[in-house]
Amino acid sequence: MGAKTINLTLKIWRQKKSDAAGNFETYDVPNVPTDVSFLEMLDMLNERLEAEGQEPVAFDHDCREGICGMCGAMVNGQAHGPESGSTLCQTHMRTFKDGDTLVIEPWSANAFPVLKDLVVDRSAFDHIVATGGYVSVRTGSAPDANEIPIPKVDADTAMDAAACIGCGACVAACPNASAMLFVSAKVSHLAHLPQGKVEAKERVRAMVDTMDSLGFGNCSNARECEAACPKEISVEHIAKLNREFASALF
Amino acid sequence: MSTNGTVLDSKIPAGPLADKWDQHKFNLKLVNPANKRKFNIIVVGTGLAGASAAATLGELGYNVKSFCVQDSPRRAHSIAAQGGINAAKNYQNDGDSIWRLFYDTVKGGDFRAREANVYRLAQVSVNIIDQCAAQGVPFAREYGGLLANRSFGGAQVSRTFYARGQTGQQLLLGAYSAMSRMIGAGKIEMHARTEMLDLVVVDGKARGIISRNLVTGKIERHVADAVLLCTGGYGNAYYLSTNAMASNVTAAYRAHKRGAFFANPCYVQVHPTCIPVHGDSQSKLTLMSESLRNDGRVWVPKAKGDKRHPNDIPDSERYYYLEERYPSFGNLVPRDVASRNAKLVCDDGLGVGETGYAVYLDFRDAIARDGEPVIEQKYGNLFEMYEKITGENPYKEPMRIYPAVHYSMGGLWVDYNLMSNLPGLFVLGEANFSDHGANRLGASALMQGLADGYFVIPATLGGYLATEKLDPVTTDHESFKATENETTERINKLLAVNGSRTVDSFHKELGKVMWDKVGIARNKEGLEQARKEIKAIREEFWQNVKVNGESEDFNLSLEKAGRVADFLEFTELMAHDALLREESCGCHLREEYQTEEGEAKRNDDDFCYAAVWEHNGVGKEWTMHKEDLTFENVELTQRSYK
Repeated sequence: MGAKTINLTLKIWRQKKSDAAGNFETYDVPNVPTDVSFLEMLDMLNERLEAEGQEPVAFDHDCREGICGMCGAMVNGQAHGPESGSTLCQTHMRTFKDGDTLVIEPWSANAFPVLKDLVVDRSAFDHIVATGGYVSVRTGSAPDANEIPIPKVDADTAMDAAACIGCGACVAACPNASAMLFVSAKVSHLAHLPQGKVEAKERVRAMVDTMDSLGFGNCSNARECEAACPKEISVEHIAKLNREFASALF
Repeated sequence: MSTNGTVLDSKIPAGPLADKWDQHKFNLKLVNPANKRKFNIIVVGTGLAGASAAATLGELGYNVKSFCVQDSPRRAHSIAAQGGINAAKNYQNDGDSIWRLFYDTVKGGDFRAREANVYRLAQVSVNIIDQCAAQGVPFAREYGGLLANRSFGGAQVSRTFYARGQTGQQLLLGAYSAMSRMIGAGKIEMHARTEMLDLVVVDGKARGIISRNLVTGKIERHVADAVLLCTGGYGNAYYLSTNAMASNVTAAYRAHKRGAFFANPCYVQVHPTCIPVHGDSQSKLTLMSESLRNDGRVWVPKAKGDKRHPNDIPDSERYYYLEERYPSFGNLVPRDVASRNAKLVCDDGLGVGETGYAVYLDFRDAIARDGEPVIEQKYGNLFEMYEKITGENPYKEPMRIYPAVHYSMGGLWVDYNLMSNLPGLFVLGEANFSDHGANRLGASALMQGLADGYFVIPATLGGYLATEKLDPVTTDHESFKATENETTERINKLLAVNGSRTVDSFHKELGKVMWDKVGIARNKEGLEQARKEIKAIREEFWQNVKVNGESEDFNLSLEKAGRVADFLEFTELMAHDALLREESCGCHLREEYQTEEGEAKRNDDDFCYAAVWEHNGVGKEWTMHKEDLTFENVELTQRSYK
C-alpha cells in the first residue's frame, strides 16, 4: 500500500434548509490519500472548512461499514458513486484519478426532501414499513423456533431480500423516483416465509398504498435501482411484489 | 472512599439460582391492563435493547416515546454486528444447557459479573430465538428446514444462531419491524434525529429528558413516568473504534451527572482482528470476523524496519509470535491475549505497513494445504471486504490486521430489575454494566440487548410503576425549566469559545491518550499521566475549541462538540477506575499484575467487586461504592492458554 495522493475538484450541492434555494459550490481538495474512504475525504474538506470558520458540508453517515444505510449521495450522477455493490462509505479514493472533478448531490426525489446540503429526509420509508412491513407477533407469543421448518432455499431467498439497508439509492437512481425495489424487498422477504403468509394480502396492499400516497413514482422497468443498490438486491423481488399485489386484489 | 452499605441494593431475589427469575416475576406487582395506557415511558436509543423494549412496552399498552439520533430507528449500531447470537437451545444435542451458557458467560467475564443476572440471561436466551424466528428473521437453516448453528468465539458447543454475516442487521430489523407495528398503531411516538441532552430528575426520580432536534436545533422537554436508556457503549472515547460515528456516552454520562452511578468504566473490549489504521484521516475501524484466525497465521518480521514485501521474507526471518509464545493455543488464543501481543510486538518496533501498527495474518500455508477454493468457501466474503477497503488481495499476500476498541462492558449501574440507583431510570443493553463482567464473549451482546428489551424490562418496569407513588408532573415543573436552562447555557458556552481548533482535533488527541495509556495494557504511571493529560485537553477544549454556526440549525460541529465535551470528562473516570483496580481481569490488563508467564493475574481476595462510581462534580474525586460479587454456584478459576 503506497502513500499515494490525488488532487480533486469537488462541486457540492449546498442548501441551507429545506425551503432555501441551493447551489453548487466548488472546492479544491488537494493531497487526498487514495487509501481513505469517500466520506473520510469529505471529512478532510470539512475539517478545513471548520478551521476556516465556514460551515461544514452536511452529510448523513454512521456505521461507515456499509450496513446502517445512513450514507449516500449522487457522485457524478451515480448513486453511491461509481463502484458497484458498494455504499458511499465503502467507496475508497483509489477509485478516482488525480485531477478528477466530482459532482456531489443529494438524493433527488419528491418523497425525499432535502434537509440540508446532502442530507435528505427518508422518513417516507419508515412510514411504509409502519403500515405493514412486519409480522404481527406479540413478544411472548412465539412457538418454538424449530416448529416452523422453512425450506433452505426459501430462507435463503428471504435473506437475499432482507439484506436491504434502506439507504434510498434505488429511489435516487430511478428515473421515476419509485420505491418499488425497497418495498418489494420487504414484501418478498416476508412472502417467502410461512410466518409472513397470514397477513400477506393486507401487507402488500397497505405498503403499496402508502408508497403511492407518499409521492414515489411508478416502476417502468428501467432497472436502475438494481444497478445502484449497494446490496445488489435483484429486481426479481419487484416481480414477486407484482405477483403478490395482483393476488391480493382477489 | 465510602463502601457499599445501604446505598447499593442489587435486589437479587432469594432462592435457588434456577428459580430466582420465575419467583421474582411472580412477586413483582402487576399493572392492570386498563391502567397501562395511563403511563408514559421514554425509551432513548433504538438498537436491539431500545427497539425491543419500545415494541414490547407498546404491545403491553404503555404510551411510549422513542428517540434516536439517526434518521431512522432502523440504523442503530446493533446493525453492524456480524457473527451471531447465542442461545441455550441445544438443538445440536451437543451438551448445551442453560447452565452451561450461564457458566461459560460467567467464566468468560472473568468472574466479574453478577451470577443471578447472567443466569437469567441464559434462561431467556431460548425465548429470544423463538421470538425472532416468529418475526421472520431469516436465520441460517439446514436442508431439513430447521435452524443451523455454529460454534463461535471458542465455545465448545454450537449454540450460535446467525443470518449470514449480518445477524445484527437482521435481528435489529426484526425489532424495528415490531416497533414499526406499534408506531402504526399509535402506541409509540417516534422522534428520530433527536438527541437526549439531559435527564430530568423530579423529587429524586427520573421523570423526563431534555432533547435537541438535530434538524431544527430546537430544545424540547419530554415528561414520563420512567426513562429507559438504551444508548449503547462508550468505545468512541478512543476516537478510533469499531463503533458507529455517532455512538457516544452523552445520555449515560448526563444521567451519571444527575446522580446515576457508573460501574466498571475501565472494562473495554479490544477486538484483535480489525483492518489497521491507514493514516491521520482515518475515521473509524472495521472489524473482520475472528474466525480468520482458524486458518491464518499471525507474524511480523524478526528484524526491525524490515521493509521487504512480506512474500519476500523467508520463514526463518518471520516471527510467528503467537505460535511461539502460546504453543498449545497458537493463533487461537482469546481476544484479549491476541490483542495484547499484537500491541507488544508493534511497540517493539516490529510492526508492519505504513504506520508500523499492524501485523500480518497470512493464509499462504492454508491455501497451500487446502487449496484456494476451500479457503474461498470459508472466508470469501471477508477476503472481498478486506480487498475493498485496502485494495490488496489476501489470496496473494498476507492481510494486515491490528486490534481495535469494540465493546464496553462497563456502564451505568443497575439492580436486578435493570433500574439504576435513580428510581425510574432503567438502563438496558450495552449501556448497563451487569452481564458481561470484565470481558464479553462473542455472540453475547445481541443476546443481552434483546433479553433486556423483550423479556426483562416488561416485567420489572411494571413492578416499579405498580408500587411507586408517582406524583403528576408536567413539563412546566421547575426541574424541567432548570435542566433546560442548563442545556441551553452549555450549548451557548460551546458556541461562544470561538477558538482555533476543531472538535475532531481534540477528539483525536484524546483518543491517542486513551489508546496509549488506558488501552490494551495499563500501568499505574501511565494511568496517572492519562488523568493529567485528559484534564489538560479538557481545559484547552473549553478555551480553544471552534464550533461554527448556530444552535437553532442543523449543526454537525455543535452535535460533535457536545459529545466530545462529555468524553473529555468521562474518560478521566475510566482512567481513575483502571488505576484503582490493582489486578488484571478480563480485558483489563494491569502490567504490574501478571503471572510469571506474562498472563493476567486476578485478585479475588481484594477486587471481587463491581466498582460503582458516584459523581461529585467535574474535576472533583468520585465516591466509590462497592458491590461485592458473590459466587455461590461456580468456582472461581484462573484462565490459562499456554
